[in-house]
Amino acid sequence: MRDFDPQLAEIRFGYGLSPEYAAPTDINTMLSGLTGPDLMAETYPIQDFTAFRARMVEIREQRDIRKKNRGTSLAAAARKRRNEINKEARVDMAVWVGKTMLRRAHTETAFRERIVSFWADHFTAVGKRGVVRRGTSPYIEEAIRPFITGSFDELLVEAVTHPLMVDYLDQRLSTGPNSVRAERAGNNRKIGLNENLAREVLELHTLGVDGPYTQTDVTELAELLTGLTFDERNGMKFQKNLAEPGSETVLGVTYSEAANLKTVRTALEDLAHHPATARHIATKLAIHFGSDRPDPDLIDTIERAFVENRGALLPVYEALLTHPSVWDAELSNVKPPVDFMSSALRALAVPPAAFEGRTEQFMRGLFQRPLFNMGQRWETPNGPDGWPEEDLEWITPQGIALRVSWAMSAPGRLIDPLPDPRDFVDHALGRFATKPVRFAAAAAETRPEAIGLVLMSPAFQRR
Amino acid sequence: MTHSVSRRDFLARTGLIGCSLAASPLLTPVSFAAAPWDTRFVVIILRGGMDGLDVVRPYGDPAFRALRGTMSPGPEGGALDLDGYFALHPTLAPLMPMWEAEQLSFVHAVSTPYRDKRSHFDGQDLLEAGTESMAGVRDGWLNRMLQVVPGVTSQTAFALGRNDMRLVQGAAEVANWTPQAELDLSPQAVRLLELVTESDPAFHAALSEAQILSSVEANDDERLKGEHMEIAKFAAARLSEDARIAAFSLNGWDTHAGQERYIETALARLADTLITLRGKMRGNTWSKTAVIAMTEFGRTARQNGTRGTDHGTGGLMILAGGAIKGGRVFGQWPGLGEGDLYLDRDLMPTRDVRAHAAWVMRGLTGLDRGVLESAVFPGLEMGDDPGLLL
Repeated sequence: MRDFDPQLAEIRFGYGLSPEYAAPTDINTMLSGLTGPDLMAETYPIQDFTAFRARMVEIREQRDIRKKNRGTSLAAAARKRRNEINKEARVDMAVWVGKTMLRRAHTETAFRERIVSFWADHFTAVGKRGVVRRGTSPYIEEAIRPFITGSFDELLVEAVTHPLMVDYLDQRLSTGPNSVRAERAGNNRKIGLNENLAREVLELHTLGVDGPYTQTDVTELAELLTGLTFDERNGMKFQKNLAEPGSETVLGVTYSEAANLKTVRTALEDLAHHPATARHIATKLAIHFGSDRPDPDLIDTIERAFVENRGALLPVYEALLTHPSVWDAELSNVKPPVDFMSSALRALAVPPAAFEGRTEQFMRGLFQRPLFNMGQRWETPNGPDGWPEEDLEWITPQGIALRVSWAMSAPGRLIDPLPDPRDFVDHALGRFATKPVRFAAAAAETRPEAIGLVLMSPAFQRR
Repeated sequence: MTHSVSRRDFLARTGLIGCSLAASPLLTPVSFAAAPWDTRFVVIILRGGMDGLDVVRPYGDPAFRALRGTMSPGPEGGALDLDGYFALHPTLAPLMPMWEAEQLSFVHAVSTPYRDKRSHFDGQDLLEAGTESMAGVRDGWLNRMLQVVPGVTSQTAFALGRNDMRLVQGAAEVANWTPQAELDLSPQAVRLLELVTESDPAFHAALSEAQILSSVEANDDERLKGEHMEIAKFAAARLSEDARIAAFSLNGWDTHAGQERYIETALARLADTLITLRGKMRGNTWSKTAVIAMTEFGRTARQNGTRGTDHGTGGLMILAGGAIKGGRVFGQWPGLGEGDLYLDRDLMPTRDVRAHAAWVMRGLTGLDRGVLESAVFPGLEMGDDPGLLL
């Protein structure tokens, strides 16, 4: 079958079937769902990074108090307050895990949540130390979610210049070797260039590792980016005394000598419009939403849409959704652990009340700890390249064993009573339910086992 | 010696994977002969690019101090002198007894054939693939070694930890496991799980393997702190029995900024891992063991502007175990002076790290040099025997 299919749309481009919400009726509905009012963000709010930054400001204030009043009760109080702020952030993070799950369970525009998740992964960023380590959901809320239907260059600029990315990829203190700051520091080796962000922009965010760039381009871009930094109070900023003087040449384009955000933006926009970027993004989308080995014509088609529309993202998504190969009825990609859990909550119609008044420990035991053991620590991929796409990365004995344990125990901790397993087969799998799964759901010794068996069926694990 | 074969292996050999439930006696043990060698081989991938120049510091090289500035002091700053030229990072002090017992050594200035783009992900892929380029390569060198040895079963080699490793991917059977996973199900639930996953060979096989591995006891109730210790303990237990090969990775080596602090954590984990492996192996297993730890690339010779180092080229390989010739720093030292650095930036690699891995495998398993140079590391020139093993 190679036509649009509502159930397949929910499974492949969303978080699976829901007993409460109707599947989209056509591709236009899926696309318009990306641009309408953001009901899920309104209903299940997550703090944005600008608000989150107040925590970082307060931590800094408490640190200053501690430094100035060593050995006094003021310092002790400041330490206590710092620990409280850290704890509050940790507790809030557990709440945001729940909100993210609820958005996916209760959305009528699930493709929107999937697209947010795709770009959050493409622009993976995790705070390095202290309270900012809890800031990834706020970063996604601020730098990714509002920009998924604009153009790729806008999204790139928002993500790459965001304080969390600047922190994650060591850009904050990167200093031009001939900058005012370096000259003033003389031979002090504590300051200098850091090329981490520049390298990942080229390798991961834009051209891709096979792209036409060299070490010289990395170094030049790193010099061009010097000055891009942030502070806790004001967020992103350009600090001229860190900037390397003179013009830089990246991929043969020589940029303005003016060291400012505009030059950074211009360089990033050029990278966004590079043909290698179109190819890279098209390939990633095709693999993420199609399969590990997508139809080459799917990649070509998305790439063409990207180039022809200068990176405008809606036509890119349209090219993806209208390609016949993505409507192949055979389920393919394995859901990563987070998506497996999200779609389980959706199939079970877990209500928002299930998370109300829950302790942080409860949420960690239900989500973060099992995810960590399954190899998908919440919002913390191993590196800036995000989570692996290959199915075999996730179908490992340990991963599957942990999924079984979760599938058979977690639902019962969230809803009571559990649904009748015989109905649940249809709610969860729709027309993808098979005879053996129906048999198993009816033959299991206990209701939690029966629900777990349905969740462990390949028709639920793949999309 | 005989021992239990995994059901997956049994099914694979009898062509039963994906067949009917009735034909799969899940927990019926089947016996088979042990692997055709008795030595143990552990491969640790150090992900992120370990700064070899900080771990084993060439303080005797006159150019070193100027490159490092505030970082990586020699013995005068607390590093542990090894041989009058190199000094060990102080965080590895717990390994000094191993060094003195000649069960720890290093190879300096080595690298894979990977050059210039300095991407972690490509660098790691190439390190694990063991090839000159990634074109058309889908399996890892450790798996290819298993493919050329007859009698290898899924219990011969283990890949441990939460991430599957490319190193062991391929046609040969390798068991993947993490000590955190356990499957405690009723027999009925097991039967029904078999049934619902039957149509999907990949899921079915993973589940069967999980069932087998879940019943493996590490035979030691002591709880250790940290996943790396649990993995080392599990590996030691398996290697003390049937397993001959184990592979896992340790992360946290990408020290672009504040290296002094971050590398300490990674080094402490490495030291704990090696000490746990040795301590938890039973009988004389350790004396038959060679551990090699490799990283995707070294880091820049110069300290960068954020008290760290950036992605480089030449790096360090670490060897441990009772089967290795310890207490020395191997490798041809290229120097760090004017014109000695690779592209005036990185430690110049003077030998392919794969040659060292190949010589270790040759010594442990007796595999033919021709096989190592064609099937395991295609295109590699092994060169002279560096004499890494006893």
